[in-house]
Amino acid sequence: MLINDTRYRSLTFQAIAAIALALIIFYLANNVATNLAKLGLNIDFSFLGAQAGYDINQTLIPYSSQSTNLSAAFVGILNTLLVAFLACITATIFGVLAGVLRLSNNWLVRKLMSFYVEIFRNIPVLIWILMIYGVMTISLSGPKAYLGAEPSKELFLGLFAFTNRGIYVPAPIWGPGSMVVVVTFILSVIAVIAYRRYATNLLYRTGKLLPTGLPTIAILLIPTIFMFFVMGQPIGLDLPDPLANRFNLRGGLQIGAPLIAIWFALSIYTGAFIAENVRAGIQAVSKGQTEAAAALGLRSARIMSLVVLPQALRVIIPPLISQYLNITKNSSLAILVGYADVTATLGGITLNQTGRAIECILLLMLFYLIISLTISSVINVYNNSIKLKER
Amino acid sequence: MVDSTKSVAFVRTEDAPSLPPPSSAAGPVKWLRENLFATPANAILTVLSLIAIYLLLRDFLPWLLNGVWNSDSLAGCREVLQGATGGCFAVLTERWNQLLFGFTYPTDLYWRPTVAFALFFLAAAPVLFFDLPRKLLIFTALFPFIAYYLIWGGSIWTPILSLVGIIVGYIVYSRLVVSSFAAGFFGAILAAVIVWIVGGSFVPDGFAVEGSMRSVPSRDLGGFMLNMMLGVTCVSLSVPIGIALALGRQSSMPLIKFVCVIFIEFIRGVPLITLLFVASVMLAYFFPPEATVDLFLRVVIMITLFSAAYIAEVVRGGLAALPKGQYEAGDSLGLDYPQAMRLIILPQALKISIPGIVNIAVGLFKDTVLVSVISMFDLIGMIRGPIPASPDWNGVYWELFGFASVLFFICCYGISQYSQWLERRLATDHR
Repeated sequence: MLINDTRYRSLTFQAIAAIALALIIFYLANNVATNLAKLGLNIDFSFLGAQAGYDINQTLIPYSSQSTNLSAAFVGILNTLLVAFLACITATIFGVLAGVLRLSNNWLVRKLMSFYVEIFRNIPVLIWILMIYGVMTISLSGPKAYLGAEPSKELFLGLFAFTNRGIYVPAPIWGPGSMVVVVTFILSVIAVIAYRRYATNLLYRTGKLLPTGLPTIAILLIPTIFMFFVMGQPIGLDLPDPLANRFNLRGGLQIGAPLIAIWFALSIYTGAFIAENVRAGIQAVSKGQTEAAAALGLRSARIMSLVVLPQALRVIIPPLISQYLNITKNSSLAILVGYADVTATLGGITLNQTGRAIECILLLMLFYLIISLTISSVINVYNNSIKLKER
Repeated sequence: MVDSTKSVAFVRTEDAPSLPPPSSAAGPVKWLRENLFATPANAILTVLSLIAIYLLLRDFLPWLLNGVWNSDSLAGCREVLQGATGGCFAVLTERWNQLLFGFTYPTDLYWRPTVAFALFFLAAAPVLFFDLPRKLLIFTALFPFIAYYLIWGGSIWTPILSLVGIIVGYIVYSRLVVSSFAAGFFGAILAAVIVWIVGGSFVPDGFAVEGSMRSVPSRDLGGFMLNMMLGVTCVSLSVPIGIALALGRQSSMPLIKFVCVIFIEFIRGVPLITLLFVASVMLAYFFPPEATVDLFLRVVIMITLFSAAYIAEVVRGGLAALPKGQYEAGDSLGLDYPQAMRLIILPQALKISIPGIVNIAVGLFKDTVLVSVISMFDLIGMIRGPIPASPDWNGVYWELFGFASVLFFICCYGISQYSQWLERRLATDHR
């Protein structure tokens, strides 16, 4: 028998598997075809070019209800990427802070951080999103409280307004000549990097230590501020204005309550997971490394930045990136608070209006798949790059 | 007469009692100094933490302690509170049954899922704790059928027949596995299917009514019960599938490996919510036109596939962690692939993967609340839908979410504590 002959066993198995797989796929495809024919449907992507017919309250690109379903999907994709990007940054900050503080020698801080990590890791993110959205919409006052000549609430620092419709922040106004200021700033950032690199090189070559702290701040700020005043203060701030309108706050940039809720919820929830990764990473560096560095006479800050962190990062970064992947996938829950991400536009309203379930869900999955594969290839590249340095 | 002992002014014959250490080096003060005020930065952190704790408790404690537990509506709560801060926990005492069982499960049948829940612990015990007598595993094997009968009701012949099919399948398997694993595996499936088809036609209609309990359709299930059922069913179904996928991914056969990799990466690449959309609007197209598969089953299928892909990755990690010598040892003993896997590789690989699998299980249990997005009335579905929509409790929010958080916290924290205990228990290497 073919199956008992080691030369052909593997081929035989694969042939059987291929036939079984083909049969299953044929069976499923046949079912789909029959079901679709029975309902008078077909697979057709032309609905993407049709008019969407619904409004989206927060868009990054120009969009109106006359736009196509495709551009609605793009608005959704950009919104997903926006909230994922913002949440990745803040989650990292929360996570690193909490992870480091969990190892603090302050008993109270340690316990408080354990409490934070445990309580957020053990309750579904969906509940957190809804609760934080509840805090935003139920506990905060409406924009009316900020309106009028004598409002019942003052703008926070005269700049921010926290309302149940969202947070109003000052928006920059780009006047003529503002480009010069921006370019100057970018150039000074490059100059700072170059200076620090030069200082490091000099240190390694000659042992001469240049100061880096104050010069960095000086190079970063002085040219920009100088150009800002030379060009006649081209960049202004558009503040939320309590007097401009009787019903709503005008002016400034409004960040909608749904975006804030999903952003904050994802950051604080994922931050708890990142905190655990950071703690595990730091604890994975053996104590001998710290002691060896101390024996060499390094200060504790230097021990952290030169010895412990480079080794800990190798452990921390792969799970950190997969947490970013989780944030991106969890951002699909934005649909619950009415934030128009891609699940809400393409997989929600467009799906319901056109009835094109199969097409919409396939496109939706394709989008998330592309994101995930991109991120996991980043992990692989990173893993390979650190592998080379290992023994 | 002069007493010589008194002539010497003073001679000390014993040590003075040792003084207590200075208050700064012992007791609570020392503890405070070392743990809270070691450095100025530390002291600032302590003060900041205290402020944070105070701010949290200032709003939370009055709400909790001042809560009203007896009332029949939110308006009643507000009357009792007279404008003071306080939670309206009466909604929990009034609607606990809906939160736990959903709003359509027949009220007089609550005892059935409750008994199933109690039996679940008995069934899970021998799996979770290895010290218990192994005979209890028989009950674990019986539990799915008992639980099915208790929760859904209907004819007792359905679970009995499926049980008989599985027993026959197991007997066939244990006979045939001696010669070849493949023969045993496929023979068992064939035998079970034959028993089900033959038995299904043999059970007379009259029997169907005898010994039957009132049947409850799947759409009437809801509340926390639904979360528990989805979590338990999907995790237990996905472990074997996950192991198979992990082995397939390690396989030397390119086709098998390719299929498994594609499946795992696809499932892991998309959010669970899109898979639930598939379950609710798309999966029905894949079944034969005459079949009607209810939503609960479709959701179970999708969540099982979802967690199987994640478990496969955990098991793959376990397989990769085994030294190559173990595989070679299996080969040199003359074991074939199924024997080597069953007797040598998997027992060790699974032991390494258990903490990971438990983590996946916790994550999955938390993710079961996503079914509320496709309008199933699980715990969150009840909290967002029927309860605040009823006129009596319109406007209740925090109390319900607090209740859900507490339930999930207890379950998930419990499981993760178990996982840590297990990790210590299984650590056989001496580090």
